[in-house]
Amino acid sequence: MSANTIALTESPARPLTLRLHEWATTVDHKRLGILYVLYGLIFLVLGGIEATIMRVQLIRPHNDFVSPEVFNRMFTMHGTTMIFFVAMPLVFGFANYLVPLMIGARDMAFPRLNAFSFWMTALGGLLLYFSFFGGDGLYGAGSAPDVGWFAYAPLTAKTFSVGHSTDFWTLSLLSSGIGSIGTAINIIATILSMRCPGMTLGKMPLLVWLNLVMAGLVILAVSPLSAAQLMLIVDRYLGGHFFDTQAGGSAVIWMHFFWIFGHPEVYVLVLPAFAFASEIIPVFSRKAIFGYPVMVLATIAIGFIGMSVWAHHMFTVGMSAGANTFFVLSTMAIAVPTGIKIFNWLATMWGGHIRFATPMLFCVAFLFQFLIAGLTGVTLAVAPLDWQLGNSYYVVAHFHYVIVGGILFCIFAAFYYWFPKVSGKLYDEALGKWHFWLFVIGFHLTFDFMHVPGILGMPRRIYTYEPDRGWDTWNLIVTIGVVFQAAGILVFAANLVWSYFRGKRAGNDPWDAWTLEWSTSSPPPEYNYAEIPSVRSRRPLWDLKHPEDPDWRYE
Amino acid sequence: MSPTNIFTPASTPAESIFGLSIFVLLTVAAIFVVVFSLLAYAAVRFRNKHGDDRSEPAQVYGSTQVELAWTVIPVLIVVALFLAATRVILAVQNAPHPPGALEVTVTGHQYWWEYRYPGLNIVTANELHVPISDPAHPTPTFLTLLSADTDHSFWVPRLGGKTDLIPNHPNHMWIDPHEKGLFLGQCAQYCGTQHAKMLLRVYVQTREDFDRWVHEQQQTPQAGASVGERVFRSTACVNCHTVSGTPAKGKFGPDLTHLMTRDTIAAGAAPNTPETLRLWIKNPDAIKPGSKMPAMGLSDHDLDAVTAYLETLR
Repeated sequence: MSANTIALTESPARPLTLRLHEWATTVDHKRLGILYVLYGLIFLVLGGIEATIMRVQLIRPHNDFVSPEVFNRMFTMHGTTMIFFVAMPLVFGFANYLVPLMIGARDMAFPRLNAFSFWMTALGGLLLYFSFFGGDGLYGAGSAPDVGWFAYAPLTAKTFSVGHSTDFWTLSLLSSGIGSIGTAINIIATILSMRCPGMTLGKMPLLVWLNLVMAGLVILAVSPLSAAQLMLIVDRYLGGHFFDTQAGGSAVIWMHFFWIFGHPEVYVLVLPAFAFASEIIPVFSRKAIFGYPVMVLATIAIGFIGMSVWAHHMFTVGMSAGANTFFVLSTMAIAVPTGIKIFNWLATMWGGHIRFATPMLFCVAFLFQFLIAGLTGVTLAVAPLDWQLGNSYYVVAHFHYVIVGGILFCIFAAFYYWFPKVSGKLYDEALGKWHFWLFVIGFHLTFDFMHVPGILGMPRRIYTYEPDRGWDTWNLIVTIGVVFQAAGILVFAANLVWSYFRGKRAGNDPWDAWTLEWSTSSPPPEYNYAEIPSVRSRRPLWDLKHPEDPDWRYE
Repeated sequence: MSPTNIFTPASTPAESIFGLSIFVLLTVAAIFVVVFSLLAYAAVRFRNKHGDDRSEPAQVYGSTQVELAWTVIPVLIVVALFLAATRVILAVQNAPHPPGALEVTVTGHQYWWEYRYPGLNIVTANELHVPISDPAHPTPTFLTLLSADTDHSFWVPRLGGKTDLIPNHPNHMWIDPHEKGLFLGQCAQYCGTQHAKMLLRVYVQTREDFDRWVHEQQQTPQAGASVGERVFRSTACVNCHTVSGTPAKGKFGPDLTHLMTRDTIAAGAAPNTPETLRLWIKNPDAIKPGSKMPAMGLSDHDLDAVTAYLETLR
């Protein structure tokens, strides 16, 4: 209590400007982690508003709530925002906060690179949204980017995208890409060189393993994306013709560059989600994770195979039959390690004493939803089915099942699980359950029913549709789900704010958990650990709590 | 029922995809039922009922046999699905080119479709006419897919899967409709502002009806000397549109030579009636905001005259 309580009560007394200055110049991994997460939450609201505008427009055929130009900007901004400025910052925020704590370190390997990376990412988001004011340049040609989040050539060429909206999009991704690569290097260096005594690679918590593979994928995936952005700038301003089809460039090359980023990116986001599940499910089942070595191997397998599946986004662009079959096989192969993970989580729950607190509720819903997301993914991996369903609402439903039903549910679980550690307060369990049920209902109304119009021939990215296609009722239900999701998010935000100010004190270890971060105070002091811990097993706190039956006897 | 349902196929590529999809869906449904049941059972059976049980359960760290089982079984399922998929990929992509096949070149434009029948010397737009294909004597239609500007995608779900139209990257697909009628679809690759109203209409006709249509399209209409024709020729209309047998040779917009044989205008966005035609010339944004057709700024008198002239293009 003593030292940390003093630090806590001391800081609010200082003037606001001084405290803001501290946050703006901080190199502390915990503060940067919190900055990442808050930044992601702000953009979550923006991306959610854009999604809501689209859903209102599509609530009935021939609706004219927004113009086609505005609708096209909304889906471009929604996709770009959610991937680059919500999912990535949230994932990096948690990695930043948790990885040093869980390996018994006092900070990341490169604290100043850490701050630099955050602010580059922050600049990226500001550039993207500045396009609403500066995007039309001198042309009066429309504000925010409207080329879709994968910005296929040649729609991004000067001929088709006049003004500067595409430039803001490009610079925004370039800037945040530099931030992502910086953080990835930092995470790898931290994990490889900052582990506390006794923590061999095989004794790292799974969260750390998964973030290590995630960081490797970021370097491999974001680099080609950044290269492609530079090439696009060269095309637009320096007379290059990489993607300029009117001068002999190739539209297909852009697709390859984008998807060699775009598909590994899915694993960049889902591996940290798996990481949260791999910590939370054992603690709330009261059992050690089942098959730790297999979980690590499956993660590495996902990383490797994940780099060889990108062209399943391109089954309709006219690849040869040989190329199509290769990408069918590699894409399906990834279902095997992913399935292994689901089975191991299931086996972890099996025979446990499962406590359904809010984090566990979100994790269990994740398991069910990720199962469905994976299976619709298998259907899309079958290239001929993709010839029908690719670019339809079935695909939109599938990847929202992955990103919302899988990744976002795990992120919510992580919010509730580590909120006591970060804030020192307990969240409100009743509000947490309200959030959960509202979001589950909203999620399923929206994304279950969204598969159907895809099967009935509805392509994505259309601002309106014909009334005779049989899509109207489905779209109405999909839009109704948004109301429940929005209500869930409001309850979530209210819970965080209310609990931060009014919540009960959490203590060091409210969940009776087993990893190192729960051995220090809540919130942890600036230096994390007064004395660097040393560990003998994957669950050092289990060993402490059960000296008669420690884990290291069995590992 | 939806006219664009992928589960009501009417052409071989769509039918083989449908057959494959049933196999794939049954497989994943079986996996779903098994894993869902196990998950639900575990969540219910092993829950800490009143939350008061503070004892720790037996700690199990793993099991090689179980891990092997749930690795090998999924591998076998993947192999089965892969082989099934490969069969259909080869059947559709490497299909033979029978002598009776019709060749059509499809060019995607922002935001309309151009159809050229090279062997028949026909150019038309937005409404594709093809003959019915009798499985005993197949007369499939082979499409060569090009783009004049951005990426597009040709998707008529009941006739086949989609294939993209990419500039500098010719693609191919084929259909062999087994029943006559009108088949709908639309552009399935985002191509700009009016991607949503780049609709596809495929008219599958009996051999006789198709031959009659071909004959009709091959005629060159009589050049008249109406007021409307004079207005048409003296405004920017001719820069973008072709009317064969006249000085109008524009290539940027749809060929209007036989405009009145089409049911719709603006790539299916509106029915082809004198009223919509007049509105389209006067203010295209009223029908399709963001289309590349400019408002011509004609007087009411000239509008009426041009509309009347277009009504004669059969």
